[in-house]
Amino acid sequence: MSHGAIVRPPMEPPTDPEPAEATPEFEAANKRLDRRRGLLLALPSWAFLTLFFAVPLLIVVVYSFATRNRFGGTDLSGWNIEGYRELGQEFVRNLVLRSLWLAIITTVICLVVAYPFAYFLATRSPAVRNLMLVFVMIPFWSNFLVRNYAWRVLLGNDGPVSQATEAAGLGETTILFTQSAVVLGLVYGFLPFMILPLYAAIERMDWSLVEASRDLGATGWQTFRQVSFPLSLPGVIAGSILVFVPSFGAYVTPQILGGGKDPMLGTYIVAQFLEARNWPEGAAASTVLMAVMLGATLVYFRTGGRTL
Amino acid sequence: MSRPAQLRRGPKWLLGANATLVYLFFYAPIALLVLYSFSDDNLVGRWGGFTLDWYRAFGQNDEVQGALSVSIRVAILSTLISVVLGTMAALSLERYRFRGSRIFDALLYLPIIVPDVTMAVMMLLFFTQFLNVLDAVFGIQMTKGFTTVTLSHIAFSISFVSIVVRARLAGMSADLEEAAQDLYASRWQAFRFVTLPLITPGVVGGALLALTLSLDDVVITQFVSGPGSTTLPVYVFGLIRRGVSPLINAVSVIMLAISIVLVVASLVVQRARGGEPA
Amino acid sequence: MADAVAAVEIRGVTKRFDEVVAVDDVDLTIADGEFFAMLGPSGCGKTTTLRMIAGLEFPTQGSLRIFGEEVGTLPPNKRPVNTVFQNYALFPHMTVLDNVSFGLRMSGVNKTEARQRAGEMIELVQLDGMAARKPNQLSGGQQQRVALARALVNKPKVLLLDEPLGALDLKLRQEMQTELKSLQRELGVSFVFVTHDQEEALTMSDRIAVMDQGKLLQVGSAEDLYARPASRFVADFIGQTNLIEATVADNNTIVLQNGQRLRAPSPHAAGTAVAMSLRPETIQVGARGSVPAVHEATSLEGVISSASYLGHSMVYEVSIDWIDLEVRTPMVLSEERFAPGSEVAVWWDRRSDWLVAE
Repeated sequence: MSHGAIVRPPMEPPTDPEPAEATPEFEAANKRLDRRRGLLLALPSWAFLTLFFAVPLLIVVVYSFATRNRFGGTDLSGWNIEGYRELGQEFVRNLVLRSLWLAIITTVICLVVAYPFAYFLATRSPAVRNLMLVFVMIPFWSNFLVRNYAWRVLLGNDGPVSQATEAAGLGETTILFTQSAVVLGLVYGFLPFMILPLYAAIERMDWSLVEASRDLGATGWQTFRQVSFPLSLPGVIAGSILVFVPSFGAYVTPQILGGGKDPMLGTYIVAQFLEARNWPEGAAASTVLMAVMLGATLVYFRTGGRTL
Repeated sequence: MSRPAQLRRGPKWLLGANATLVYLFFYAPIALLVLYSFSDDNLVGRWGGFTLDWYRAFGQNDEVQGALSVSIRVAILSTLISVVLGTMAALSLERYRFRGSRIFDALLYLPIIVPDVTMAVMMLLFFTQFLNVLDAVFGIQMTKGFTTVTLSHIAFSISFVSIVVRARLAGMSADLEEAAQDLYASRWQAFRFVTLPLITPGVVGGALLALTLSLDDVVITQFVSGPGSTTLPVYVFGLIRRGVSPLINAVSVIMLAISIVLVVASLVVQRARGGEPA
Repeated sequence: MADAVAAVEIRGVTKRFDEVVAVDDVDLTIADGEFFAMLGPSGCGKTTTLRMIAGLEFPTQGSLRIFGEEVGTLPPNKRPVNTVFQNYALFPHMTVLDNVSFGLRMSGVNKTEARQRAGEMIELVQLDGMAARKPNQLSGGQQQRVALARALVNKPKVLLLDEPLGALDLKLRQEMQTELKSLQRELGVSFVFVTHDQEEALTMSDRIAVMDQGKLLQVGSAEDLYARPASRFVADFIGQTNLIEATVADNNTIVLQNGQRLRAPSPHAAGTAVAMSLRPETIQVGARGSVPAVHEATSLEGVISSASYLGHSMVYEVSIDWIDLEVRTPMVLSEERFAPGSEVAVWWDRRSDWLVAE
């Protein structure tokens, strides 16, 4: 690799300090300079994220205590907790419970499917494992909307799934626009979130412990229950949180596969802004969602989670 | 580390079958979607012979083309900016100690974990106020549109870029930079000739990721876009809500193809030269 | 050495990291053309001292001169020294040739000349034909040579080496020791060499500085350190020794803890607590009553508590009342060896003991 033209340093101070004996003052000044360099590098993104992320976050909280006026606008006055109180309405409560329930089912299904998969992955040779991982990463990052849409096509009237079940004598498949379809879409969307941390945890595991357990006379199942599973628990927790949080706040999937019936929390929030024009209420619901997410993240880092 | 313990034949077979089913689950819907996008039938999920009509329709639909162009412009601009900012952030956290770095680290993590609906609400409320302030204080008349969409995309992309670059930096010994300076390189030269070439796979990987995320986003964009700044995913989402059509199949396949190309490129770049630093 | 300008002169240098004093008021002079080792356990401050000479750390206080020029506040790229890093720190994205010519390019030498000089240096370290390779295509020993070439091509006034042989296996290490030594003689440049391996330091260096807990304990030749350690730490750290606690009685006699008097000339004042350092191989062992008359005043009686056969020598543990002495004797016929439990006397030449007063 050739390094091309040698560029004269634009960042170098114009003159070097006169060579002199080092002093505590010089050392301190140098340390300060170093800290300032770090700060300068951090500053642009720090400032950007403060203005375009931290401030918006606070504004949401502020709005959640504001008043909705007669014209569907929001008055930033007359502070109240109406937004939160409305979350207690039966309709909203049911919707939150439904979101919770669907998120839990999604998480459990993902766990049950992903655990043996991750286990299988972790026990392959490195070359095979890397290839398999790549094929998990592709759906992980490929367009989420389109992947939901694909199921819409598959599950549609006279769609391929229906045709297949009919051919098999099971009758038409009519799960589109039901909660089952939503769960299916969520599992499809978030399964990689479960696989990756589980894989990381299982791969890191010290297999000699499993051998020791077998050597001590434990059966395969006992070994799994008593040794492997507890060792992979950080991965289980990380994966569950990573699936649960976005499922709980899902919006695109319930819209496309749930057809907007049986709204979930994400759908409800969006509706408050784009349709009902009840911003304080939407902000309150967002704040709650954010709190759930923050709580889950704290748990995640407490358990030593590192994977994305 | 020792080799994994031998599994009994039963579970081993089951594990293999499960893995096969998982891959089938991942890829079959995508494959079928691709297939139907070439189907000469007005029903989206039925095979009616091969045609390229839907792709032709895609090419001739001005609204789709307009949305695609907005998407691409937003993606490129937001990626360029977030790559520069994210890389600088990664360097600061991985190579320097400064006051408040832990707060900065946390702030950098948040956009990754905030659900997109929440982020959408945040950006909507913020820009509503922000544009008012701009008008009231500076007399700048601005509406939601290309700028607000791009700014929002930068806000969530910086974090992803910085994480990818940081991983790369963490795997690169700081000795190398010291060695460069010991060999008469200034700080800038050490960065230019040693650090930068070595983190390039991370930077490129982060850039591809940022492009992917920008082209993927629906909810946030929907909240902060205005007339004339509808991106392709938002446009498609609107179409889907009104009903499926073979045209959407074709558009979807193109979006999918773009995102898969970007992901694969990102993985390849990050893995290339993976053996180092020696 | 007295009138020549020192290659490196360190005066009153201290380095603090927050509250930890890594290097504590060190004075050190390294002569031009000297092979100088800095030796000590890990965390003793030797690497920090080296990094301060390189400019990778700034001293908290003190003067640091290279050939008479104060460099204390200069960044590494403004100092006429180069470093061979512990794990070589070769640039993995560059070829051997680009690695070696890097320093020349950075100091403004044009590409053609830099490449030519780098090529010559690559030959000098016997890596002909490897110039186009990347570091990860080289063996550990070859990487080591690239690191050397990359530093030496800049004709540094002082070459700094941070545990340069630590990553090599034993055989390669011994080869490189000889090679480094001859390279240094050939070039006549001062080498400052940090190591925790005393054997390495003893065999290669003209002089050795021993450090512990940030303090410079002693500087001297290998023989100085081995035969005339300045402190218990040095006596114990360099080679193996028996340290026997005693008190100075007069300038010719010390009193052991059991009251026994031994002849040991001492510069220390009467009443000073000292330790007598006795190297295991300087002690003789024999049956009681067989002590030669000349050694009568430097002998002790004890019981063999263990005997190990090492092929070329015997190692005995001799327990003497309140202490155990390690004695290493040349191999003798089996009937002349002592079995555990044997009552024996040990003695030594009065010139082979050495008193240290901390």
